[in-house]
Amino acid sequence: MSKIDQLFSNLRREKRKALMPFVTAGDPDLAFTADVLRELVGRGCHLCEVGIPYSDPIADGPVIQASYTRALAHKIKLADILETLGGVAPKMEAPLVTMVSYAIVYRHGLEKYADEVQQRGLAGLIVPDLPVEESAQLAAICRRSDVSLIQLVTPTTPRERAVRIAETSTGFLYYVSVAGITGERTQLPPELVDNVGWLRTQTDLPICIGFGISKPEHVKLLAPVADGLIVGSAIVRRIAAAADEPREKVLRDVGDYVAELLAAMTNDE
Amino acid sequence: MIAFAAISVQLPLFLYSLSVFSVSSVSSVVNLPGLDSHAIAVENQRKELYHLMTSANAMTQVPDAAGRFGAFGGRYVPETLVRALDELGSEYDKACQDAAFQSELASLLKHYVGRPSPLYHAKRLSNECGGAQIWLKREDLNHTGSHKINNTLGQGLLTLRMGKQRVIAETGAGQHGVATATACAHFGLECVVYMGEEDIRRQAPNVFSMKLLGAEVRPVSSGSRTLRDAINEAMRDWMASVETTHYILGSVVGPHPFPRIVRDFQSVIGRETIQQSREQLGRLPDTIVACVGGGSNAAGMFYPFIEHANVALVGVEAGGRSAKPGDHAAPLSHGRPGVLHGSYSYVMQDDDGQTCDVHSMSAGLDYPGVGPEHSYWKDTGRVTYTNCLDKEALAAFDALAKSEGILAALESSHAVAKAMDLARSKPNEHAIVVCLSGRGDKDAAEIARLRSQHAE
Repeated sequence: MSKIDQLFSNLRREKRKALMPFVTAGDPDLAFTADVLRELVGRGCHLCEVGIPYSDPIADGPVIQASYTRALAHKIKLADILETLGGVAPKMEAPLVTMVSYAIVYRHGLEKYADEVQQRGLAGLIVPDLPVEESAQLAAICRRSDVSLIQLVTPTTPRERAVRIAETSTGFLYYVSVAGITGERTQLPPELVDNVGWLRTQTDLPICIGFGISKPEHVKLLAPVADGLIVGSAIVRRIAAAADEPREKVLRDVGDYVAELLAAMTNDE
Repeated sequence: MIAFAAISVQLPLFLYSLSVFSVSSVSSVVNLPGLDSHAIAVENQRKELYHLMTSANAMTQVPDAAGRFGAFGGRYVPETLVRALDELGSEYDKACQDAAFQSELASLLKHYVGRPSPLYHAKRLSNECGGAQIWLKREDLNHTGSHKINNTLGQGLLTLRMGKQRVIAETGAGQHGVATATACAHFGLECVVYMGEEDIRRQAPNVFSMKLLGAEVRPVSSGSRTLRDAINEAMRDWMASVETTHYILGSVVGPHPFPRIVRDFQSVIGRETIQQSREQLGRLPDTIVACVGGGSNAAGMFYPFIEHANVALVGVEAGGRSAKPGDHAAPLSHGRPGVLHGSYSYVMQDDDGQTCDVHSMSAGLDYPGVGPEHSYWKDTGRVTYTNCLDKEALAAFDALAKSEGILAALESSHAVAKAMDLARSKPNEHAIVVCLSGRGDKDAAEIARLRSQHAE
């Protein structure tokens, strides 16, 4: 049983939901990324996604794009990111997963990437530009190393295809709330709850919803239908302030923010 | 095997009907009295295409159902786009089988674009080089001044078939942007073109044209502010607008089925060249030369020649200032296979998979990737890829202007430069056809600026 399977099995037993923040590795530097991860988990987040900066992220909105650009401007290297994460992950209760473009995984080598993820104590990876048709090879490698390969379903995914994706995903299923790029949204699509409800009837895999989620109201609306909620741009935007504010203040802001979301999550139950 | 069978059914009918320069279908042309020479030409073309479609040459039977050209191609995109790409592929398959679609496109290519574009013997340029004959396939004479219109009209018709009302596009040199804006004006579609700020600066005349044609030009300020970033931004738009918007990708790059669709729409260049060579040279040429950025004019020119093994095919990338990393935009010459913009192909990437900055004075070639079919042709050895420095392309631009009275696009000037090199080493019987993919009016100001920089 993988670390992620263990997490969701515990949460389900306790009838609790996961809050999964996203942070960009190396924004503004890796030492701060490590601090942020410890803060997030210390505040009670259940799993953290770490974005590996990429030069051409077509699924990302301006906030995450800008964070990738800041990190890459410092010539950040994958080896250093993995080393930092390897220093943090084993001491953390919450699993860490990397969100990484296939361009990077391919260049690094599929087996090598999966092996390193496993050896560093990371729990899995999300490859947002690797649709199910192209994922067989990486999925087989991940299964061998007991690393989760989390696949995505979106509002544009036909239903029979969603079922097929659910069958190949491991760890959890990432449901993208909107057709579009990452970024905070005031309103989420009205059909979102129904769509996730339908998907719930098709798979036992934990379902986590991401994209656009930033407000306690979103959390209250969605926590009941999902196993976990993913919050990215709202956190990355707060971290961006580290460029001109004291780091302790930024850490506290980020921590207070997730605490607010966690409270919305538990109040709901 | 199933994939091969499916493609060999889809592709030929499409190629067959597009090959007809007349508005009418092939059979009606043949039945018309008084058009004997045309009818014979059409018949020859028909035999040519029949040969192409029944050929055992596996190299023309790509891509497979997954969009693979050998190992290259595929579809590395967010899940959000997969359904739209599937729909585009199946709509295109239907269009290939639909005589009405094909005759409408053939009619537009003849009456709106002005096809066939001439095949012109550049005698004075040939004499200057002293060797082989240089012929120019004059895509610069098309409406909008480049080959790009062949693809945008085809994809514009597909947009209508899919019931979409809005079109987005990326552009580098602005030629594809102008051709897309033109097609959208013609079809009554809303048009948004993404263009890097650096390219907006160096290709200003095309920016004005796009606006005059009713398109909105959205400047892209991220990354290198060139073609690569314009594609990123168009993809991001499409992520959110995919239900109502078609993305008219302008080159043979991107996720399946774009490389196939764009190649097929551009193949009219190569098919005409085969027919015109037979009429004007009495045979096929010995060598074909085309410039390669993403590679759409080259793919359209080369594809019909692929199975004619004794015709040498030469693709010319942007060699920029030098062979040093960052100084050129020549992934087939200096790069390695990797993933960029939805497909697996040669690319300029660092050891971490980050896309490298590239350079070419020519905005249309200033791109770190290349179409997957070119990677396939490179690895199979069917096409030879080389590159040409900025300054060599500028010299060729001058030579062609002064000896023939033709201002070629800076992109196409790369091909002209290699053809001139090649001509010097070949005998007079050797015939070289250069795909003159676009005209150079758009570059006049940039050339003046480059000259004054060099003078300083």
